[in-house]
Formats: sequence, structure tokens, C-alpha cells
Amino acid sequence: MTIEELEQIAKNVQQENAKYDFEVNVCMDLACASQGAGALKDALEKAAEAAGKKVLVRRTGCMGPCSHGPLVRVDPEATLYHHVKAENAPSIVYGLGGSPVPELQCDLNDHFDKQVRVVLENAGLIDPEKVDDYIAHDGYKALLTVLTEMTPNGVVHRITESGLRGRGGGGYPTGLKWGTVAKAKGDVKYVVCNGDEGDPGAFMDRSVMEGDPHRVIEGMAIAAYAVGASKGFIYVRAEYPVAVSRLTTALREARRHGLLGNNICNTPFNFDVEIRLGAGAFVCGEETALIASIEGKRGTPKPRPPYPASSGLWGKPTLINNVETYANIAPIVRNGGKWFHDMGSERSKGTKVFALTGKIANTGLVEVPMGIKLREIIEDIGGGVPGGHKFKAVQTGGPSGGCIPEEMLDVGVSYDALVKMGSIMGSGGMIVMDDTSCMVNVARFFIEFCMTESCGKCIPCRAGTAQMFTLLTRICNGTGTIDDLALLEDLCVTVKETSLCGLGQTAPNPVLSTLKYFRNEYIEHILDKHCRAGVCQMAAVESKNEVMA
Amino acid sequence: MSQETDVKTLVIDEQEVSARAGQTILEVARENDINIPTLCHLEGLGDVGACRLCLVEIKGSNKLLPACVATVQEGMEVSTNTERLQKHRRTILELLFAERNHVCSVCVSNGHCELQTLGQEQGLTHVRLPYRNPDLFVDASHERFTLDHNRCILCTRCVRVCSEIEGAHIWDVMGRGTNSLIISDLHQEWGTSACTRCGKCVQVCPTGALFDKSKIGSDHPKYPEFLPYLNLMREAQ
Repeated sequence: MTIEELEQIAKNVQQENAKYDFEVNVCMDLACASQGAGALKDALEKAAEAAGKKVLVRRTGCMGPCSHGPLVRVDPEATLYHHVKAENAPSIVYGLGGSPVPELQCDLNDHFDKQVRVVLENAGLIDPEKVDDYIAHDGYKALLTVLTEMTPNGVVHRITESGLRGRGGGGYPTGLKWGTVAKAKGDVKYVVCNGDEGDPGAFMDRSVMEGDPHRVIEGMAIAAYAVGASKGFIYVRAEYPVAVSRLTTALREARRHGLLGNNICNTPFNFDVEIRLGAGAFVCGEETALIASIEGKRGTPKPRPPYPASSGLWGKPTLINNVETYANIAPIVRNGGKWFHDMGSERSKGTKVFALTGKIANTGLVEVPMGIKLREIIEDIGGGVPGGHKFKAVQTGGPSGGCIPEEMLDVGVSYDALVKMGSIMGSGGMIVMDDTSCMVNVARFFIEFCMTESCGKCIPCRAGTAQMFTLLTRICNGTGTIDDLALLEDLCVTVKETSLCGLGQTAPNPVLSTLKYFRNEYIEHILDKHCRAGVCQMAAVESKNEVMA
Repeated sequence: MSQETDVKTLVIDEQEVSARAGQTILEVARENDINIPTLCHLEGLGDVGACRLCLVEIKGSNKLLPACVATVQEGMEVSTNTERLQKHRRTILELLFAERNHVCSVCVSNGHCELQTLGQEQGLTHVRLPYRNPDLFVDASHERFTLDHNRCILCTRCVRVCSEIEGAHIWDVMGRGTNSLIISDLHQEWGTSACTRCGKCVQVCPTGALFDKSKIGSDHPKYPEFLPYLNLMREAQ
């Protein structure tokens, strides 16, 4: 495969598409598919044939606002239809080219206007199982440019210049990591893609892997060239069967086109990727546990150093990045580091994909520039809290993150700002809570998650989270005491400071942040036996004295 | 490489010490008679850094480092016994005592249990946390030894000695979090496993979780000191 051949494929696709008068894109991501997008696509194809119109009906990845699904976008008019059912197909086809169906049209301009799409630039535009579609949207151009025109050092330099930071949660500068692995001594090196997305309420990586799998593969290939690796692994959780099948198809197609394999683009560069399935342990998202799991061992973390950059998979230098990080690579190479550097805030560059869920009108995937205010994400893009309820808090960063109250919403989103507020960026889950959520119960939920997902290797995380869960359960059911609260705070500090890996070190965050911003709810549960959200069922207690006893 | 470049000098508890590059903080501290409490560490076995009792403070860093795996750096200033560390150590021991069913008075290891000794050394007078009292079983299927899960602290010394020294690897860990369990082979009775009956795991077990059936009451001292000796003899061969 050469650049000329690539351009020829792109041209062929465009010519093929030009034969059609209309393009009807049907979102077939999980949320839409579960509401009948598959039948809808068939119905649209049938209706188009019956009406005798030249219509290209295309299956695409996630378009974003999942709560409006199933979604259909008609091009070239760019009309977006929501809540479309199979029986609406004839009227949509009838309306092509002039009279859109008003009752299905949705106006989500606020939702889309504030978003900047880099990682999700192809979402809703390409068929994830067709490599030609990806190539027609500048796909693999970056890889071939890198191979023919740039040195490995040049690539590392460009990524460093872009200011990209790891999107998996830690926010480690990507360029620095690549540079370390590139400099590490060793004839065999590996690149690994961490697709073990396990946070409750987060589905960014799944959407990218399902909707645009080639983008991840291209990012990995560029990384492999930059650090000098010839073998890659994608670690995906087995709970994502669609992502696994799309990636498998994508790898096959890429190999068929000579974009993976030996002597890619007639250069000495060899690279291939293997998929490894995770068995659904949250801790395997931690890099040393992930390495152990790929090696076929029990997925438990190891103390660092040595870091994977010097001693990773089978003791070889290994580069581990998250799905979203790899998805950012191709656009950075194509558009230059400065282009990326110009987006975002002071120390957090580019964009971030968030999975907006919870008590919010437009749940789904959003991609926003760093530095945007949380209030803009929740009120403008998310459409605010529905049902006349009052916003209470937003939880970012999954079980390792914290709850941010209303008064902090005007802070711009960045790695450092979120840490300052007692939360973390995490992989990008964003759960909105209203006045029907009890913050003590929320903290208890996340601690329960960490307790069941703790690998059991180190004592503070294994036994500490279990004890915290017991204490929080007591507080929730009205049998907790002020002493329990003090003990809980004590445990938070020990678990945070002494745990072996990131899971334990961040597990107390939901408790610490709710204690910081919603302490009076804890006190109400303990002293007044009252849950203001009406979530917690208080145990029947006769008198306060009995509880103390 | 010359000898000089290999030497690192550092300060441990305000005492200036020198060390060879690549040595762990724990090794250097013990060479200089500075005591750092450990539980999962055992001389002669590979380290896992799991018990977190050997955490030490490094000047200029807020992060605590496990002394058993952290290597010495030139000019490092290490504190091994600050108030913060003592507090964490006591909490970790409390967590262990409350996790399973540790009843010293009826334990075969009473008087020579590493967990008990550590509790005494660290000034643990009582446990503030609620006892979890899990429902665990005793595996007495082996003709010579018994495994009592109630006293297990999941330090994985038995797993490591069986795999690294004996080479049989009949022990492993099953399950996650507090449900983790030491199992023999693929979770079958110890007596029916591929156990070589060498008894090394019993000798390295810090508590009364693994014990010899022929011993009665608390007459059960263990001698894990054989390990470094065994390794030395093997190397000499």
C-alpha cells in the first residue's frame, strides 16, 4: 500500500457515493441497536427501493446523544431524526430532498454547537466495518506519511509538541512516555492498547472501538514506529463483544490492505496486532495488572518501579496507552502538534470525550475542548436536569473520582482543576445526580464497587474497602454513629496513602469528596436518622440510646 | 564498572549509611540494625510488596515507598518510624485482625505468631473496626498438615515458596478482594493435591494458618530461617 493507492481508494469511495442522491446514516451503536436500529435500517433500505430513490443507507457508529435513539441523519441536508422506529422508514424516504418529517426531527444545536470533534470526527459518518470508508476520511494517511517522511524521533517530538496527556485517567504526558520507551534498551518492544474500560457509566472507549476501530489501530501503528516495536496487543474486555468483532474485522481488513504485517508501505517497518480478552476485572485496567493478564497470569498489580516503559510485557519495554489516547494520534500527525496544542486549557490540551449519564436530558457521548466549564457541559450540551428536579452533584472519573457540587460548576475542566476539587478526570465518565440522589448512598455504591473489584493483593485495599463499606452501610441504614464517621475518615487516609495500586489509592475519593461537600447529609443520617433524598431505608430503631449501645 | 560508582550513600533515620546500588531500602536498613516491620517479605523469597507494613517516608516526596522493593538512591533521606507510618501500620494490622477469625488464645501459633508479635511491637491495644467474622473452613485432608483459612492473612508466602523454592506450585490464590482464598491445585482438597509433602509452606507461614498435625496446643514454633541457607547451598552447587 502506498499513498497513491490510498488516494485511489478514497477516490473510488467518493465516486461510489456520488452515485447516490442521498445518504441515510443509521446509528447502530449499542443504545440505538437495542431499540431496533437494525430493523430500522432494513426498513429504510426496503422503503428506498420501493420509492425508487437512489439512497445509500449506511450503518454507523455512535452519533452521540444516545437518549434520543435510534438516531438517523440524512445527508446532504444534515437532518437529524430521533426516536425513529421501523414504521417511520417510508415517511423518511418520502421526505428525502425537500420535506423532512417534522414530528421526528430533533433540534440539538446546543448539544452539538459547543462540541469539538477530534476523536469522534468519524462517528456517524463511516461504516465501522469498511476500511475503505475510513480511508475516504483521511484514514491511514497519517501512518503512511509517518513511515515515508518522518523519523521515529520526529514522531515523538510531534506528540510531545501537541501536549497530549494520557486519556486513561492518570494524565501522564504521552510524548514523554513514548520518548522513554523509544530510548529504552531492548531489541523487542511492545505497544499495548488499554481497552479495559470498567468504570460504571463510562462507554467512550467502547464507542471508539466499535465506531471507528481503524483509528485505534492506526494510532498504535504510529506509536509502534515511534518507539521501535513490531508487535501490539489490544486488551479488550470480553463484555464488549461488538467491539471485539469490529476490531477483529478491522485487523483483518488492515492486513488485507497491507497496512499491517511485514514491510508496510514498502518500508522496513513490520507491525501486527493481537487482541487479548479481559475477563472483566476492573483492576486489569491498571497497567501492571493488565500486563500480567496479557501474559496469562492472575491480574494483580505489581509495585512500580520498574515501570512498564523499561520492563513490561515479558520483561520487555512496553508502551501502554488508552484507546482514546491512540485515537488522538492520527489527527495530531495529520494536522501538526501545534493545531492540537492550540485547543484546550493551559496544561490540558486538546479535547476530551465524556460519557454523560445519570439525571440529564441528553445522555450520551460528548467531545468537548479542555477548559470548558462543567456548567456548559451539563446545562447546554447535556440539556440540564429533566423533570423539574434540582441539580445536586456531578460525579467524574468513575469509582476513583469524586462528586462535584453545584458551586464548583464554573470551573474549567482540566486534569489539574478536577484533582483540586477532589475528583479526577479518569477515563471520562460523568454521572449527573439530582436531589433524588443520596450522597451517602452514592459513596456507598462506589465503595461497594471498589470492594468487589479489589484484587485482594494488598491489605489496605482488600480489607479497608470492605470495612469502609460496612461503616457506610451502617450510616445508610441509620445505625451509624459519629464514631463510625471518624473511623471512616481515618480509614480513607490509610487506604489512600498505603494501597499498592491506583485502584486502592483512589478508592476513598468518592467518600472524601462527599464528606467534603455534603457532610451535613452524613450528619443527618447519623443524628436525625433522616435521608433527605428519601433513598436510604432507616432500620427501625426505638431510641437513640439503643443505637449507641 | 568500578567499585566506587556502585556505592550509594543515604540517610536512614538520621543515620548515614552506605549501600550497594540495586539493594533495597529494607536490606540496607537491616544491615544497619534499623528495624522496619514486614509481613509478606521473607528472606529467600521474591518480594510482592503486598502487606504495606514496610512503607517508609522519603524526604521530598509525599508518596510512601515499600522498603522491601524500593531500591536505594544516592542522597535519599528515609524515615522508617514516623508518627504517620506508625498510625498506618496500626490501622493495617487492625484491618488484618478484623478481617478473618484470629483468636490468639486457641491458636497453635500463640506466642510465636508474626502477626501477634507485630501487633505487640506496634502498640496495638485494641481493634476499633467491626470484626467481619467470615464463614471459612479448615482443610485437614492432608496426612501431615492442616490449612485453617480463618487464620490466613493472604501474604502468599506459601504460594511463593511452593513455586519458587520447591517448584511444585500447588498453592495459588482464588477469588478477588476479601473473598480471596489460598487454594491447592485447582481448588481441591490439600490431601488429594500434587503436594510433595515437603512442609516448606508450613515453616514460612507467619500465622497459624498452616500447621503441623503432630504438634499439640501452642507448641508450634516455625523456622523459616532455613530458606536463605537453602538458597545459599543451592547457589554453591
